[in-house]
Amino acid sequence: MTAPNAWTPRIVGPDNQGPDVPTADVPTADGPTLDVLTPDVATSEVPTPDEQADGIETVQLLDAEAHPQRHATYSPQLSVDEVRHAYATMFLARRLDTEGTNLQRQGQLALWAPAKGQEAAQIGAIAALRPTDMVYPSYRELAMVMHRGLDPLAVFQIMRGITHATWDVEAHRFGVFAFVVGAQTLQAVGYGMGITLDGADEVVLVCLGDGATSEGHVSEALNFAAVYKAPVIFLVQNNQYAISVPTAQQFRGAPAARAGGFGMPGVRVDGNDLFAVHAVVAEAVSRARAGEGPTLVEAMTYRIGAHTTADDPTRYRSREEEDVWGARDPLVRTERWLREHGTEDGFFADLAAEGDALATDLRARVLALEPQGITDLYEYVLAEPSAALAEEREQVTAYLAGLEGR
Amino acid sequence: MALQHYRLPDVGEGLTEATVMSWLVAEGDQVAVNDPVVEIETAKSVVELPCPYAGVVAALLVDVGKTVEVGTALISVEDGVAAETVPAEEADAQSEAPAHAAAPSQATLVGTGPRELKATRLPRKTAENTLLVAPPHEADPRTLAKPSVRKLARDLGVDLASVTPTGPDGTVSQDDVTAAATQQGGWTGFLAERGETRIDVTGIRRATARAMVESAFTAPHVTEWTDVDVTRTMELLERMKTMRMFRDVRMTPTVLIARAVCVALRRNPELNSSWDEKNSQIVRKSYINLGFAADTPRGLVVPVIHDADAMSTYDLAVALTALTQTARQGKSSPADLSGGTFTITNIGVFGIDAGTPILTPGQAGILAVGQITKRPWVVEDRVEPRWVTTLALSFDHRMVDGAEGSAFLGDIAEILRDPGSTLILT
Repeated sequence: MTAPNAWTPRIVGPDNQGPDVPTADVPTADGPTLDVLTPDVATSEVPTPDEQADGIETVQLLDAEAHPQRHATYSPQLSVDEVRHAYATMFLARRLDTEGTNLQRQGQLALWAPAKGQEAAQIGAIAALRPTDMVYPSYRELAMVMHRGLDPLAVFQIMRGITHATWDVEAHRFGVFAFVVGAQTLQAVGYGMGITLDGADEVVLVCLGDGATSEGHVSEALNFAAVYKAPVIFLVQNNQYAISVPTAQQFRGAPAARAGGFGMPGVRVDGNDLFAVHAVVAEAVSRARAGEGPTLVEAMTYRIGAHTTADDPTRYRSREEEDVWGARDPLVRTERWLREHGTEDGFFADLAAEGDALATDLRARVLALEPQGITDLYEYVLAEPSAALAEEREQVTAYLAGLEGR
Repeated sequence: MALQHYRLPDVGEGLTEATVMSWLVAEGDQVAVNDPVVEIETAKSVVELPCPYAGVVAALLVDVGKTVEVGTALISVEDGVAAETVPAEEADAQSEAPAHAAAPSQATLVGTGPRELKATRLPRKTAENTLLVAPPHEADPRTLAKPSVRKLARDLGVDLASVTPTGPDGTVSQDDVTAAATQQGGWTGFLAERGETRIDVTGIRRATARAMVESAFTAPHVTEWTDVDVTRTMELLERMKTMRMFRDVRMTPTVLIARAVCVALRRNPELNSSWDEKNSQIVRKSYINLGFAADTPRGLVVPVIHDADAMSTYDLAVALTALTQTARQGKSSPADLSGGTFTITNIGVFGIDAGTPILTPGQAGILAVGQITKRPWVVEDRVEPRWVTTLALSFDHRMVDGAEGSAFLGDIAEILRDPGSTLILT
């Protein structure tokens, strides 16, 4: 259980002691553009699937064909090396995501929630944070777990149903997976309000999905965050479906549009565009750190796989739609950009080999996992158990002791 | 060398059984970890299962079409690992709990469903709780037989468990089954299993049942039929088959019947309508989306060719081939199966002449096409053998009157009797 982490986390983004993501350096239309993107490419006129009829602009810095796009407010802030690191985590996360689905199909995991297709949204966002900034994940953030240097086995332990969490939330500045849809938004806002009270310059990134925005308590969280100017970035990974319900049947007002009603900026970004997600979240982080309050970022992405291994997407969406979004795969797009910026075949081959080795090692460690005692349930919720809980624990222990083979 | 068994996991949340749809490997095939080996259908989805073992496939243990409980061994793989080197955690699992003796060596800790939980309940140490102890679960020793032998037994109505095995390693051989069938005198094996079987109505069966009840008890059906001499259509079809442009597509009478239906629907748009009860309106459609009832391994489905009227005969043939293939493989998407405005059902493939088809809910008409056979037919006062079929049309009498339905059916019949009349009717 304490096997060493079998992979080397890639560091992207500001380091621990680094300065704020510089607000002043966010270029304007006539401001400077970092030379990682060639600025001489014409703006594409081709509408993207996420440019919907609601008239909200989608920020894009790299289009589906990996052509750089100019934007009046945002510009890319990642160096080639940083993109390589980000891509590596995205790639390895996807490799393990596939292994997760397979292990579930082999009876080794109770459930798996595939993240395939959402890697750029996750890595672009978390790379804009300092390692000391707090993250509250939903339950699909395998790539973020890996970015923070946690052993990905932790996610598999949860999905095997033997524990609620294995990592030290405070030490890693990474919350436990939230299976109560949207509950993490309230925790994140509370944490953010605490940061303000402490006078610290940390921020909180909280992950939620389009489906979670239909939950009542998410509205409460957004309202509190705005009222108290909590330094919180709400990252809505809009993957177009709440299980099988398409967004068109979930809400009339998009999450980005609703932010204004709560009194905070809402920005929609191409969630499969690593550069755009990073730039938009970085700007939101700067605002939060400067005491200007929360931002909602709606990352338009697509869950390429099923909601979880328990559903069959072919029953609620068309192949044509999957093809359209498949062509916008964030890994393919980032790989194309990397190749155009001098990344050789060897890099990708090494990464593929590392991914296979990582998956093989992880598989072996998952198969070797031992179930934890059920009485662990009583250990972690309350610092001092209540009388009723202590009694219940005794009953369960006595019951288990009465069984043979234990 | 160790023989590993891959047991059916719970691939959903709390599923207890699944049906084997198709095997993707054969006995003797080399497989790697995570290679897809079998396609199964559960109440929720059709999924391919990836093999947890690398090695050589020793046996496929469940026949296609069979529904088995979670925990049933699906496939055995010779993994080429010497038995002594069984990983520690497997050995532990075996020594720790005798109740798990039948469990797979790569014990699945989760996804075991309610039944499995009952079977693996640990016995109690004390006597006072004996009432709560589950009755000892005596697993039926599975009769050993190759899939082909199992199929033979099923076809001959022989209960495998009743056959004395004489094959290698106590397996039932083909000869054993034939001998047993002879002893049973053919049908007696079938009769021996007299009684009732209760089949849960789920999936496509339930969807079909619901659609049929909805249609039959809301739309007043009228059915008309007519026999048609389709000799000239058959001759045209033969000519088309020899033409270069149709060389690569499957040309069937259905293609030409579909074309005839499109032409007739254009002339009789009442049949290409739907009933809007809420708004007290008839919705007449200017586009024709033709549905084709298809008998697939998953049951009755009705894949749809959208905008069939805008297609050339060639395009229609291509679309029809693709559509039926996808449907037979059980891979039709929701878009493939929705939006139909009129349905054709070909009952001729079952050797049947006519019937009274039930409307697809929301549609005004459905045409059943009977088998096309040579029948005696009167031509200019002489009886001649001609290619004849029976067309049966059901329509929703709320929207379509007898005169309109008759005109529509008459148009189709006329086009099939004389394909040249298309030039007159369009």
